[in-house]
Amino acid sequence: MTSKKPQADTIRLLADLATNLVSGDVQVVDLTHRLDPDFPIIVLPPEFGQCAPFRMEEISRYDERGPAWHWHNISLGEHAGTHFDAPIHWISGRDLPNNTTDTLPVQKLVGQVCVIDCEAESDADDDYEMNVAKITAFEAAHGMIPPQSWVLMRTGWSRRSGADYINLQADGAHSPGPDAAAIRFLVEERDIIGFGTETVGTDSGQGAHSDPPYPAHYILHGAGRYGLQCLANLDKLPPTGAVLFAAPLKIRQGTGSPLRALALVP
Amino acid sequence: MADPLQPLPEPVRKDPQKKTRSALVPPLARSRLGMRLGAQAARGRFHLQHCDSCEFIVWPPREACPSCLSDLQWRAADPHGRLIAETTLETSPELYFRERVPWRVGTVKLASGVPVMAHLHAHCRVGDRVELRLFLDKADRAVFMAFADTNSPDLREDIQLRELTNDPRHRRVLITDARSPAGVALAAAMTDAGAKTVFAGVAESWKRDAAIERLEGMNRVSVVPLDLTDTRSVEELCGEIGGKVDILVHNAEHVRPGGVMTGRGIADAKQLHDKLVFGFMRLAENFGPVMRSRGADGVNSATAWVNLLSVYAHANWPAYGQHSAAHAAALSLAQCLRGEMLGSGVRVINTFAGPLEQDWHDSVLPPKVTPERLARDIVAGLLAGQQDLYIGDVARDVAERFEDDAKLLEMELAGGGQ
Repeated sequence: MTSKKPQADTIRLLADLATNLVSGDVQVVDLTHRLDPDFPIIVLPPEFGQCAPFRMEEISRYDERGPAWHWHNISLGEHAGTHFDAPIHWISGRDLPNNTTDTLPVQKLVGQVCVIDCEAESDADDDYEMNVAKITAFEAAHGMIPPQSWVLMRTGWSRRSGADYINLQADGAHSPGPDAAAIRFLVEERDIIGFGTETVGTDSGQGAHSDPPYPAHYILHGAGRYGLQCLANLDKLPPTGAVLFAAPLKIRQGTGSPLRALALVP
Repeated sequence: MADPLQPLPEPVRKDPQKKTRSALVPPLARSRLGMRLGAQAARGRFHLQHCDSCEFIVWPPREACPSCLSDLQWRAADPHGRLIAETTLETSPELYFRERVPWRVGTVKLASGVPVMAHLHAHCRVGDRVELRLFLDKADRAVFMAFADTNSPDLREDIQLRELTNDPRHRRVLITDARSPAGVALAAAMTDAGAKTVFAGVAESWKRDAAIERLEGMNRVSVVPLDLTDTRSVEELCGEIGGKVDILVHNAEHVRPGGVMTGRGIADAKQLHDKLVFGFMRLAENFGPVMRSRGADGVNSATAWVNLLSVYAHANWPAYGQHSAAHAAALSLAQCLRGEMLGSGVRVINTFAGPLEQDWHDSVLPPKVTPERLARDIVAGLLAGQQDLYIGDVARDVAERFEDDAKLLEMELAGGGQ
C-alpha cells in the first residue's frame, strides 16, 4: 500500500475518539467469553476428529521451576471459545486468495456492526432460524445494513451455560441460527464482512440438516466472508452505530482463532 | 463351629485433635526367592516350589532341592492342611504389629507335609482342617493366611484379613470415568460391596446422557466433576474430596482403532495420550500423596489404587496400535506409582482386560468383557487383595502367552492375530 498524507479531519477524528475513550463517552464492550476448560465446544460424532478444548498447564509458579515468575503453557483448538472463522475453514472457501488468518486483509477486521435482536424468537424456539423477512424488518426499523459491515445475531444464548448452552438432545444440538436464504441475502445483497452469533457455531444447532448443510459456513466462507461465534454481551450493543474489532491471531495457515472481540459503543 | 464375628465397627468421624496414624508396614526385607513367592501372590496364585525328582514340595523357597540339589519348579500346590499350633502375639518389636496386637498366627501343616507359618482368620482353631491363601501384606510381601471356612458369611469381618485385602466395605471410592458403561457398572458393584460412598467422576457435565441420570439415581453415589484432561479439574476435585478417597478406580478409556502409519493422526493420538497417560499423571500428582498419607487411617484407611489397562499394554496389537501404546505408557506409570506407594499401605492394582463390550470394539469378534463382568472381577480382586488381575478369556490368554514367550506373542500380534 502506498502511504498517503493523512487528512486533517481523519487525524482529528482519531484524536476525538481517543479523547472520548478516556472520558468514557465511547465505551469498550467485551464480546468475549472467558477461555475456560469447561466452556462447551462443538460436538461432532466421535468418529470425526475433535476440536481440543482450552487447557492450561503451569510452567512455574515462583518455585524451583522458576523462582520469580509464574507462567503457563496453553493448548486449544483454533475453534475453541469465542473465536473467528476464516474462509479456509470450510471446503467452499478453500481456494480463495487470502483465506487464512495470516493472510486476510486486516482492514476488514475493524468495522461497523449491525445487531439483529432475535431474543424473543430464540426464547420461544430453541431451533429458531432467522430469515430474510426478519432482516428486512430490522432494516425497516434501523435503516439498511451498510455494505462492508458486520452483522451479529443476538439470541441471548450467551447467558446460558453448560448443558443449556450446547443443548444436546438425542438428535443433536438445538440452538438458533440463520437460514440459508438469510445468509445468502446478507452476502449477496448487503455485501457484509462477516456474520457472528452467540451460539457455538454460526449455523443453527440443526444446521447439518439444512440445504446446503451448514449454510452459514458454506455460504459465508465460499464468498470469502468471516464468521464469529460464542460471542457475549450482544445485548450491550445498539442495533446500529457500534464498531467491532475482531482480529484473530496471526497463525500460519490458520483456519480460525480464539480472539478478544471488542466493540466501541457510543 | 466358631461364634460369628462381631461386625467391623462403622468408621466414626475423625477427632480433629488426634494425629492420623502413620502408615507403618510389616518387614520389607525378603530374599529374591521370597520375592518370587510374592510374585505368585500378586497374581492370586498359590504356587510353591516342587522338586520333580523327589516329588517334594519345598518350603521355605530355596535355590535347589535340599535333598537332591535338582532345580525347583514353581507350580500350583494343594492349599489345604491342618492347623497344628497357634499363638497370639501380645507385643512385637516390629512397629507395624506393635500397633495391631493382639495378632494370631499359627503353624499349618500342608497336605504335602510342609509346615508353614500363617496369619489366622478368627475362626481357625488348632486341629482344624484349613485352607491357606497367599496374600501380599501392606508391604507388598507374600504371607499366608489360614481359613477354616472361606465361605463363612462373616469372613470379611476379620480385622487381620482386612489388613491383607482392599475391601470396599465402609470405604469411599472414586471412579475416574463413571460415565462409561464400565463406570456405571463399577458404581453399582462398589455400592453392592458395601462402599460407603462412590464419587462418580464425570467429565463435560454439559453433555447430559442416560449414564449420568443412572448414576444420579443410585444410592450412595455422588456425581462429581472430573475431567482427566484438565489439570485444574483434577486439582479442584482433589481439593474437595482427596482426603476421603480410600479406593481410587482409574477406569478412563479412549478406545480408537488405528496404528502408527494407518492411524488417525497426531491430533487424535494427543487426545488419547492426554487422557490415558497424562490423565494418570494428573491423578497421581494430586490424589497420590494424600492417599499415601492415609494408608493406616482406621477402618476406612486409603487402601487401593486400581488401574484398568488393556492387556495389549504388554505387547502391541496393531489394529488398535495407538491405544496399545498409550496403555503401555500407562502401565509403566502404574509400575512407577507402585514403587512410590510402597510402604504406604496403599496397593496399586493393575487390572488387564481384552476388548470390551462397547461401541469402539464393535468390529471385534467375541469374547468381549461386559461392563458387569469387569466390575464384578475388580471387586473380587479387591476382596482377594490381588495386585495383578486379568479379566476375561482374551486377557488371560494374552497374559499366558506373554509369560510363556513375549517375543512369540509380539510376532503373533504383528501377524494379524489377537
